[in-house]
Amino acid sequence: MKLCITAQGDNLDAKVDPRFGRSEYFIFVDTETLEFEAIKNPNSDAMGGAGIQSGQLVVEKDPDVLITGNNIGPNAFQILKTTDIVIITGVSGSVKEAIEKYKKGELKPGDYQS
Amino acid sequence: MKEIVIISGKGGTGKTTITASFGVLAKNKVMADCDVDAADLHLMLHPEIKERFEFKGMSKAFINQEKCTRCGACEKVCRFDAIINTGTNFYVNQLSCEGCRVCMNICPVGAIGLEDDSNGEWYISETKYGPMVHAKLGIAEENSGKLVSIVRQQAKNIAEENGADYIIVDGPPGIGCPVISSLTGVDLALIVTEPTFSGIHDMKRIVEVANRFSVPVKVIINKYNINLENSAAIEKFSEMNQIQVLGHMPFSESVIESITKGIPVVEFCNDEVSKEIISIWDRVVESLK
Amino acid sequence: MIISIASGKGGTGKTTIAVNLVLSISNDNSYDCQFLDCDVEEPNAAIFLKPNISQARPVSILEPRINFTKCTFCGKCAKACAFNAIAVLKNDIKIFMELCHGCGGCSIACPENAISEVSRDVGVIESGNVGKIEFIQGKLNIGEAITPPIIIREMKKRIKKSGTEESKIKHITIIDAPPGTSCPVVESVKNSDFTILVTEPTPFGLNDLILAVEVLKKLNIPMGVVINRGGKNDNIISDYCQNEKIPILMRIPMDKDIAVAYSKGIPMIQINPKYSDKFKELYYKIENQLQISGEI
Repeated sequence: MKLCITAQGDNLDAKVDPRFGRSEYFIFVDTETLEFEAIKNPNSDAMGGAGIQSGQLVVEKDPDVLITGNNIGPNAFQILKTTDIVIITGVSGSVKEAIEKYKKGELKPGDYQS
Repeated sequence: MKEIVIISGKGGTGKTTITASFGVLAKNKVMADCDVDAADLHLMLHPEIKERFEFKGMSKAFINQEKCTRCGACEKVCRFDAIINTGTNFYVNQLSCEGCRVCMNICPVGAIGLEDDSNGEWYISETKYGPMVHAKLGIAEENSGKLVSIVRQQAKNIAEENGADYIIVDGPPGIGCPVISSLTGVDLALIVTEPTFSGIHDMKRIVEVANRFSVPVKVIINKYNINLENSAAIEKFSEMNQIQVLGHMPFSESVIESITKGIPVVEFCNDEVSKEIISIWDRVVESLK
Repeated sequence: MIISIASGKGGTGKTTIAVNLVLSISNDNSYDCQFLDCDVEEPNAAIFLKPNISQARPVSILEPRINFTKCTFCGKCAKACAFNAIAVLKNDIKIFMELCHGCGGCSIACPENAISEVSRDVGVIESGNVGKIEFIQGKLNIGEAITPPIIIREMKKRIKKSGTEESKIKHITIIDAPPGTSCPVVESVKNSDFTILVTEPTPFGLNDLILAVEVLKKLNIPMGVVINRGGKNDNIISDYCQNEKIPILMRIPMDKDIAVAYSKGIPMIQINPKYSDKFKELYYKIENQLQISGEI
């Protein structure tokens, strides 16, 4: 299972970034091996359209699940809903904790509506 | 947590007077001034700035005169009339440039670059009524909508951290980009209007904008007694469009005095206007339950 | 000559000044007057001027359309878009029109020639006349965000150039600008010969006047101030103007009759004709000031 988690830093101890479009990093992690790739988000200080471009970036990496803090903006959602990526919001704490919680089945996708 | 924005379409109908008073009346809230190009709320709430942040604007094009071969390709592709041809030179009018980079991409000799433009600041402040987020857009700058969304987002972050019950947003006049940025996704938009033909005309347009973005609206008639006939027309329009009129504020010299003293009117005096604002706030709270 | 009326703060009386000024000076046959309501978000001058509108022309911007039979999803359009309005997915492209500025960059960048541009209406320019005054107003379509400057730019293309040497008739264009200090205001007042700043003697009025003065200084436009709804607190404005050496051109006291007339869409010179002379005087003061400083 491949997760994408919005993060404030480039490693698993970093905090989950509550923002999606303007998240500092995206961490793509394999739940089995815990191997991960941290991508610095080039859109974090974009003037506009950050959600759109971040959406495109995540979609290209094709994770199974996206984990973030706040709700996802309507534009990013337009992009993400073209795929079957499961969106989980309202998550805080460290990236590592988020992965643990996900594996234990404690994180449930809401009825996601943008 | 509920987010309330105070807007009007027409300027000068009393948005900031009402917002500042709500700031006194609401418990456990965050205040936000989204009228970033002519912010006034700070004159009533006297914030002490705790943190200051730079707001970066859109990068703008500039032409390196040494590399430029005066071919004019940039002038042809620019749709914003931002390339000025003096006959001998080409240069970019920064006030017209929208930063689309089309000229830069088309230039055959790479003579066009981008310049970062700092175009404002935003602040996290403390007031005696609670936290406040506000901003100052650089003079003659664009992208006020972007700055508005930053102010709103910050206010939301603080409200979430503090477990605040309300975010109260002072909105800008008009119906364009800063207004739409202030409006989308709020729990309630309070439209402050006045019984003048202009006030009514502008209220109708802002109601349409709010409907377009599915934002619930309620109306406050300010200075209702300067023209009772027009006030009745506002009531009728509201009724026909199923919009609740939350209150009628009478014209009052004490409002102007309170502004001159820099004290929210409900704190300044206890006359009819203050009493009406207090009951309007009670109705707002009730309607958001 | 182009005179714009601006204010920073909304509701200080821009439209009142603009409307009464144009009505007062248009009586003089040696002037050919034009009126432009550039507050395209909330145009109000027509309420007072009651123009005969004889023409309405839509204003449109170009926006991209993808021809999917040609598109290879290479992503160059998304990279070229400075406004991040385009997302290229595996076999779809999403364009977010509310972010599109209509610059045409994507269409130029496309190597397959798969992007054409179609026009979308964002507002309308209505024109007509009020007696012998030419009247032009712009109206932004509801829900449009970034396009007010485009409409204003289009309107200003209709400004008559100042009289040719032999003609005795002088063209005067009065521009009613929107409130604020950002791009629509700049677009409205840009290239004016003079800007009248309308304010009211309150801390709000002063605060926003200062912002508006900064805009005009940046644009290098000569200016003067009108204090509206004045009275005992006028010094809050006049002290500032004295320090900044900005002339106060006119003072209109707080007057209930004017306020009531305003609420019904009646220009003040119609209820109090002596104001007509005061507005003419306002115009002469501007003309004199420009002559002294050698601007015209």
